[in-house]
Amino acid sequence: MTQYILRRLLQAIPLLFIISLVLFILMMNMGDPLATLGGRRATRPSDRERLTRQLGLDKPLYMQYLYWLAGDDWDQFDLDGDGIPESAGRRKGVLRGDFGMSLVNRGKTALEVIWERLPNTLLLMIPAEIVIVLGACAVGIYSALRQYSLTDHVITAASFVGYSMPIFFIALLSMYVFAVLFRRWGLPYLPTVGMFDPQEGKTISQVAWHMVLPVVSLTVISLASYSRYIRSTMLEVLSQDYIRTAKSKGLPRREILLVHAFKNASLPIVTIIGLDLPFLLAGALVTESIFAWPGMGRLFIDHLERADIPVVMGIMIIISVAVVLFQLLTDIAYAWLDPRIRLT
Amino acid sequence: MDATGELDTGSKPFHFLTDELEAPPLSLGQLFWRRFRRHKMALGGLIVLFLLFLYSFGGTLFFSEAFANRTETGLRLQPPSSEHPFGTDTIGRDILARTIYGGQISLLIGLCAMLVEIIIGVSMGALAGYYGKFTDSLLMRITEAWLNVPSLFLLLVMAKFFSGKIPNFNVLGRSFSGSVIVIIVIIGLTSWMYLARIVRAEFLSTKEEDFILAARATGTSNFQIILMHILPNCMAPIIVTATLSVANAILLESYISFLGLGVQPPTATWGNMLEGAHGYIENAPWLLIFPGLLIVLTVLSINFIGDGLRDALDPRSRAV
Repeated sequence: MTQYILRRLLQAIPLLFIISLVLFILMMNMGDPLATLGGRRATRPSDRERLTRQLGLDKPLYMQYLYWLAGDDWDQFDLDGDGIPESAGRRKGVLRGDFGMSLVNRGKTALEVIWERLPNTLLLMIPAEIVIVLGACAVGIYSALRQYSLTDHVITAASFVGYSMPIFFIALLSMYVFAVLFRRWGLPYLPTVGMFDPQEGKTISQVAWHMVLPVVSLTVISLASYSRYIRSTMLEVLSQDYIRTAKSKGLPRREILLVHAFKNASLPIVTIIGLDLPFLLAGALVTESIFAWPGMGRLFIDHLERADIPVVMGIMIIISVAVVLFQLLTDIAYAWLDPRIRLT
Repeated sequence: MDATGELDTGSKPFHFLTDELEAPPLSLGQLFWRRFRRHKMALGGLIVLFLLFLYSFGGTLFFSEAFANRTETGLRLQPPSSEHPFGTDTIGRDILARTIYGGQISLLIGLCAMLVEIIIGVSMGALAGYYGKFTDSLLMRITEAWLNVPSLFLLLVMAKFFSGKIPNFNVLGRSFSGSVIVIIVIIGLTSWMYLARIVRAEFLSTKEEDFILAARATGTSNFQIILMHILPNCMAPIIVTATLSVANAILLESYISFLGLGVQPPTATWGNMLEGAHGYIENAPWLLIFPGLLIVLTVLSINFIGDGLRDALDPRSRAV
C-alpha cells in the first residue's frame, strides 16, 4: 500500500510538470501585464521598461519558467537599467510555495488573493454537492426499483433534459421565474446577485437566502448524470445472486435495499464523487459569474481578463494538484471500502 | 441455402425451417436500423435535429445575413411581434434571423470540433494502443495531464491565447469571424482525452486477435494494420463518442461565448446571442429564451441519438 502511494506520487511529478509547462506557455499571450499594473492610466514607456526588467519579462521563456518554478533568489538582476546585474531576485518559486504577487490586487500575493475567495466557493459548492449526492441517491434508487415504470420514464426524460441544458440557461430561467416573475406577482422573491444585501450586512440568513438560486442551478445540472449513474449501478447490484438469497431468506425489503444493495452500489459512486470533489475548488465558473458570487470561478474570469498571470496560474495549478491528490485518495478509499480490490 | 427447395418435402417441421431460411439474413446496416428505430427517443431526436438543420439552413431563403446583422437602434429590445416574431436584441437586430444564422455557426462548430477531436483522439489512442510500451506511457501521460485541468478553465485560457490571431475569412461569399476557427480548434483540443482512452482500450484488445497476427504474417505494414484492420473494428464506440461530442461541443461553445471569449460579433452563434442577456432578464427575457431553447433542443436531440446509437451499435446486444 505504502509502495503504491509512493509510486503514484512519483508518477504525479512529471504529470504536474507537463501541465505547468503547457499552461505557462499558454500564459505568454494572456494580454499585457504591464498595462494592468498601470491601472487606469496608460503605463509610461520608462515605467514599462523598468517593470519589464523587474518582472523578468525580457528574459527568454525557459528562464521565465524556471524563475516561476524554482524562484530567482539565486540569480542577479539588473533593476536600475545600467546593464550590470546587481540585485538578487526575491521570488521563491512555486516549488517553495510562492506563486508571485498578484498584479491586480497590489501588495497581495497570488495565494492570498486565492485563499480569500476559496471559502466563498466552498460555501456554495459543498451544500450543492451534498444536495446533489443525496438527491441523486434518492432519485436513482427510486427509479431503479421501478424500472420501466411511468415514473422511471419521466425521471429518465427529465434527467436527459437536465443533462442537455447549459447551466447558464437553467440559472437564468430560475432567476427569471423566482426573482423577476415572483416579484411581479407580489410573492416573496429570491435575490439574484451577490452574497448578501449590502444594507442588511453579511448575516447568515442573508447568505443562505442568496445561496438558494445558485445551489438549485448547480443541482439541476449535476443531479441528472449522478442519478442515472446510481440507477444503473443499483440495477446491476439488484440482479446479483446475493440479493435473491437475501430475499429468499425473508429479510425485510428495507434492509435488503439499504444494507445489501445500496452499500455495494455506492462503491462506484464514491469514485465519481471523489473525482468530482477537486473541481468543487474550482467552483462553477459560469454559475458564479451569473450570480455574481465572489468565488474562485469568478476570480479566475476577472483576473484572466486582466492578465493577472500569477493568480490565474495559481488557481490552475492548485486545482491540478488537488485533482491528482483526490484521484489517489479515491483509489485508497475504494480499496478500503471494497476488500476485493488490492492496490499494487 | 440451395437446399431450400429440396427440403420442402411436405412434412411440417421442414416447412417451418424453409420459411425461416427464405428470409435473407439481415445485413449489419439493417440490423442496426432495426435496433435503432425501436429507440423512440432516438428517432424523435433524429427528427428534431433534422428540423433544426432545416431551420438554420433553410431559413437562409427567407432572411439575408445582412438583415440578421443589421442594427436598428430605434427598435432595440422590442418584444416579439408579427414583424419580429422573436423580438429584437439590445441593438435592434432581429432575433429570429440571428437564431437562423447563429444556428448554422453553432452546428458547424459542433461538427467541426467533433472532427478535430476525432482526429486527435483516434490517432493518440491508436498509436498508444498499437505500439504500447514507451509510446503508450508517453501518450497516456499527456492524456492524463490534459484531463487533470478542468476543461472550461483550459478553454478560456486557450480562447484568450488564440484570440485575435486569425483574421476574418470568406467562404461562399460570406464573411466569418476568425474566432470561429479558434473555437473549433480549442474545443477539439480540450475534449479528445476520453476518446483517446476508449480507442486505446479497443486497440489493446483488438491487436491481440488472430486476424491481426495473420495480417502481420502476410507482411501488412503497421500503418495499414492500424487503419484497415483494427480501426474498422473499433468504429462503434468512436461513432457513439463522436455523436455525443457534437452535443458537448455546442454546449462548450455556448459557455465560452456566454463568458464573452467565444465567437466575436457580428457573426452570430446561439452562444454569443446569450452573452449579456442576463443583464436584461427583467425587461427582455426573449433575448435568452429563444437561443437558449434552441441550444437545449439541439443538445437534447443529439444526446438521445447518441443513446440510441450506443444501444444499436453494441455488438454484445443480441436483440434484433
